[in-house]
Amino acid sequence: MSALREALLDESIYLPVEARILDVRPLTKLEKLFRIELPEGMSLQHEPGQFVGVSVLGVGEAPISISSSPSRSNGSFELCVRKAGSVTQALHGLNEGDRLGVRGPFGHGFPVHEFRGKDLLFAPGGLGLAPLRSLIQEVLDQRHLFGRILLLYGARQPSELLFLDEIEAWKQSGDIEIHLTVDRGEEGWTGNVGVITTLFPKVQLHPRNTIAVTVGPPVMYRFVLMELLGKGIPEGNIWLSLERRMKCGVGKCGHCQMNHVFTCQDGPAFSYAQIKPLEEAL
Amino acid sequence: MSFQILPKARVEEWIDELRSRHRVVAPTRVDGSYVFAETRPGQSIPLDYPTSLLPPKRVILPPREELLRFQDGNIEAQVEEASIILLGVHTCDLHAMALLDRVYGEGVPDQHYRARRSGTTVVSIECLRPCTEHAFCKSMGTLTLPEAFDLHLTDLGDDYAVDVGSEKGAALMEGFAGTRPAVSRDYDRLDHAMSDKWSRFPYRLDFDVSELPSLLASSYRSELWEKLGERCLSCSSCTMVCPTCTCFDVQDEVEFNLRDGVRRRLWDSCQIGMFAAVAGGHNFRAQRSARVRHRFLRKGKYQREAYGLTGCVGCGRCASACLVHITPVDTFNALYRKRLEAQAGPEEVRA
Repeated sequence: MSALREALLDESIYLPVEARILDVRPLTKLEKLFRIELPEGMSLQHEPGQFVGVSVLGVGEAPISISSSPSRSNGSFELCVRKAGSVTQALHGLNEGDRLGVRGPFGHGFPVHEFRGKDLLFAPGGLGLAPLRSLIQEVLDQRHLFGRILLLYGARQPSELLFLDEIEAWKQSGDIEIHLTVDRGEEGWTGNVGVITTLFPKVQLHPRNTIAVTVGPPVMYRFVLMELLGKGIPEGNIWLSLERRMKCGVGKCGHCQMNHVFTCQDGPAFSYAQIKPLEEAL
Repeated sequence: MSFQILPKARVEEWIDELRSRHRVVAPTRVDGSYVFAETRPGQSIPLDYPTSLLPPKRVILPPREELLRFQDGNIEAQVEEASIILLGVHTCDLHAMALLDRVYGEGVPDQHYRARRSGTTVVSIECLRPCTEHAFCKSMGTLTLPEAFDLHLTDLGDDYAVDVGSEKGAALMEGFAGTRPAVSRDYDRLDHAMSDKWSRFPYRLDFDVSELPSLLASSYRSELWEKLGERCLSCSSCTMVCPTCTCFDVQDEVEFNLRDGVRRRLWDSCQIGMFAAVAGGHNFRAQRSARVRHRFLRKGKYQREAYGLTGCVGCGRCASACLVHITPVDTFNALYRKRLEAQAGPEEVRA
């Protein structure tokens, strides 16, 4: 078990560990990438798709998905944070060397070992690339274990696309086929213009051998699911990461319930087959 | 099963003795209602009270509770040990506490709850008559004592039968010489009291409680939820008075120096509009009908399926508290009637 996670069993499951910001990199107008170090070589040991509770004492705590893969989180890990509420706004005011609280990792991540030998189709929308990046990096670091890898990534406008330099590096490596799109173009954008669903007709798949992983804003899921199911990908092969308002991360505060399921415990990573019977999931 | 007999004349003495070792929290009459509050010497305790406004959960799960305190850059968890006797808890509320113990004790155990809970001993009391018109404990199966209890009293007239269910319960009788062992005549009196009381309680659900989870499952798309949603005010009175509601919010409060402060947890409610809203602006349960439906499904189905213990204990507090008179009995019975009508078809219902 993760040493950070074990610390929760000590005095209090609500007690954060004090971590240090090693680096802050602005990505877009609203998003920043933080590199964070845990104390005394404490390990995070997370799964891609898990999240941590990030505290700014006096302001509050917010659940943030881990944005770096387990393979690239020895000693420190990355969080991509959008400025959206009071806690994330406070986080955006922090700099290198500042402290913050970390609890976790929480939830069930993506079952990477089950994806071995398959073709992988990643379809993030907007900020959805932040948690998915943890999985993409993990998979790229064991590239030989997987088949074709495709990335279909859409955002509202070009200035909102995340990790463009890393995506370019992935493209150059030849390890992933990349298709980008934006809902609205901007001056200088020569790529595809259209919602993310317009990318699906461009790709041919062996549906039974494909694992699709999609993460994005709540409104996006229904449409992407139609495309994926339309291509014949089995329901158990489609994975999503669902967000909810999480206040404890340990299945107690009740905010993240979808029907009888606690998103922070059984998710946030779910297969479509798991959540299809849950009326409140999508 | 063996038990002790405690004469009513000696009860005050016994409680005084307990008060020397613990805080004794019992029903107290306040403005025509009953609340669980700490008792003082000489204060009479109405053990035959009907029901309390707030359930005893407020003793083990306070409405406001400090989780962490941070000062000068140091954070400390605030875990409070307790030494409390919760006196006069009805069997419905005892069933509810068993569920709270599972929620907070299982999975990742909540140290704050556990510290307070392990220091709390519960003296429950048998209900011999219905507390209010709203209670439906008999239908929900909570009129009888649950498996786990500390000390249980049954009123036999001039005295109480005292049943010891645990070591914690036994410890309450140590150092007190006012009880005598029960003899065969006492067994007869207890038997009589128990069989006598049963018929005084009505069944208020039109179906067996074991059917409730499947009834709720098949009623997910019922139009009843819309109708209830139109009446509901989202005031959250129901969740506040519910003995098995445990949802909480976590909030930080900071001092003027912007450095020191506390992190608290506070009771929250799935009935409040923003309960399922996220920072991006999306609300996963925006409609009142969805929130009302969630509450009834959680109490009648989800909690039972997750923990094997009933979510709704039939205490009737939410029915009393609801400003627009939405009650579980009316709701469950209405769903049952609608399902019968749907299954029968129009002609047979009219016949």
